[in-house]
Formats: sequence, C-alpha cells, structure tokens
Amino acid sequence: MNSEKYLQADSSEDRVTGELLAMLRKRLKTTVRPEQDLFTEGMINSMFALELVVQIENAFDVAVEGRDLDMANFRSVNAMANLVRRLAE
Amino acid sequence: MVGAGVMGTSIASMALAHGVSVILIDSDANQLDRASRQIATQLRHGRLLSKLPFDQPTGQLAIDTKFDLTGGVIAVIEAITENLDLKCDVLRQAERQVDPTTPLISNTSGIPIDELASILTRPESLVGAHFMNPAYLIKMVEVVRGPRTAPITINAVHNLLNRLARQMVVVNDSPGFVTSRLLHPMLNDAARIVEEGVATVESIDSLIVECLGHSVGPLRTADLIGIDNLVDSLDSLYERTGHERYRPCSLLVDKVKSGNLGRKTGCGFYEYGEGVE
Repeated sequence: MNSEKYLQADSSEDRVTGELLAMLRKRLKTTVRPEQDLFTEGMINSMFALELVVQIENAFDVAVEGRDLDMANFRSVNAMANLVRRLAE
Repeated sequence: MVGAGVMGTSIASMALAHGVSVILIDSDANQLDRASRQIATQLRHGRLLSKLPFDQPTGQLAIDTKFDLTGGVIAVIEAITENLDLKCDVLRQAERQVDPTTPLISNTSGIPIDELASILTRPESLVGAHFMNPAYLIKMVEVVRGPRTAPITINAVHNLLNRLARQMVVVNDSPGFVTSRLLHPMLNDAARIVEEGVATVESIDSLIVECLGHSVGPLRTADLIGIDNLVDSLDSLYERTGHERYRPCSLLVDKVKSGNLGRKTGCGFYEYGEGVE
C-alpha cells in the first residue's frame, strides 16, 4: 500500500517536472536541468517568469496568487514543480 | 491619469497597487483596452518581484475616452505625448474641472514646467513628477519645482508619493531637468557610435553594463523609453538650448520613420519576442 502510494506520488512528480521541462525547452530552445538555477545563470528574467506563471496556471489549472507570486518559486524547475504540486492539492 | 501610453499605464498600475483608485483617460479607446490588460499583468509582475504590496486591496480602475474629472480627484497626472501644445490643452482642461487646491502634475521628461504653467490661470498648482519606466517598479521620482510652483503643491505631491510608497528628489526647473539632460544625450551618442560603425549595439551595451556597472545598457534603455519619445525629448532639449549634442542623430530619426520604436513595437535596437502584454 505504502509502496503503491509512493509510486503514484513519484509518477505525478515526474509528470509535473516533465511538463515543466518541456515547457521551458520549447521557450528557451535549450534543455535545462530540474535543479538548475535559472536566474543566476541568466536563463530567464522577471517578464519571462511572469509568462511562465500564466503558462503554468493554464497547463495545471492552478492560480498563483498572493504570497506564492514570488520569484523564488520560479527559480528552478524543481521550485516550480513544488509550487504546482502544493497548489494542486 | 491622462494618457494611457507606456507611462500612463505603468503609473496607473503603481497607484492601483497601493489602493488608490484611478480614472484613466485617453482619446483612443483601443489604447485604453490595451492599458487595462497591461495593468493586470503589471500588477502581477510588480508583486512577483516583491515591488508591489500583495496584501493591500487594489484601487478601482475606471477608463474613459471623455475628459471628465468633475466627480472629484485628489490629483491629476498628465502623461500624454511629449508635445507642448497638446500638454497645454490637457492641463488647461484639467484646471477648469478640478478644485483649486488639486495639484496638476506633469510627467514631462523635459519640457520646462514654467512653459506649461504659463498658460494656466493657477500656475502655482503645476508641478513636474518625472516617473521612470516602469513606474510600478522604480521607487524614486524626479520632482520638478517650477519658479511659480507653490510650496503647498510640492507638499501635496510629497503626500501623494508617500501614499504610493515612492521617494522623491526635488530639483529646479530647466530643460530636461537632471535625468533626461544627462541620460538622453548619452543615448544619442550611443546611437551615433553605432551609426559610425565604431561598435555594435551589443558591444556598447556590454561595455556600459560590465565596465561601468549600469544595470541596463544605453541602447536597451532607448528601446525601453521608446525611440519616438527619446527623439521628441532630444528635439525639445535642442530647441531650448541650441546644443548640438542634443540634436537627434539620423539613426534614431530613421528608426522612428520606419516604426521601429523599441520594446513597445517589438523592435528597436533589439528584437523582442511576443511576450505577455
């Protein structure tokens, strides 16, 4: 039971991360790693992050508002995936 | 707020985010539609960058193509095209409609405040507040005191800017004040350097950013300001001072003629993607 639950969580995790990676690959025309810091490496700026907010809201049917609307949540694919999973709960 | 262009829109966003209601007036209904969409994006952009409060109720936005301020306003901010006659028309209309103690604020980037004040019956109520683009992200405002601007008007602007969480530096009246007088000839020179083939757009911006520590290079700044606005401002400085360094160089003039005005049209010195509005 526990292992099944774990597997399910794991696969949804993979799905969110995978979709985010694909989204970024399409926009940036290059491949990023899930843990890569997109700001310090100059991959994205704040206007781009805002485009991602809109894209993420549409793709995952979530609303990013209030305190969640924070650059820290868009620093990496892992950070975005955490946000999406939390909002989708 | 009169004028729903780049500046009017971003000043409106800043005010709304701080709970101040705005009547946004522009003669062009399409411009007003675009501005309403942009304001929604700018509010989120400012919050995303922690530059706008997220826990404060947003002010109410009303848009109108008619110039009607008779409902009572706390201040009038004019941010229309950088053209003396058009600005005078707007200020004269505003003066007739508002309470005598209401400050009239011009966001001109370089026309001397006293030239605008000279057509008013209450020149003491006019003051310059030169907001920078994007106004909802930049805290500092260059406030311009004309020779006839009353202390009570400066005080009213100070209170308004406080409410909008802005800081101000007050300077005396002069063509281009401080920021445009220093910045705009530099942008003009940067364009001349491109024109002469001394360096590419990217090289110039890299040098200024990487060597001198500016946060944005001069040509990217020109794109952000809007090359049409930059040329208008340089013309205005040249007309009033006669200094050659202010005469807009032909590369800038050509870009305006071909409609490559910078970020707002998707192309200037750089190309810009579609992006969000």
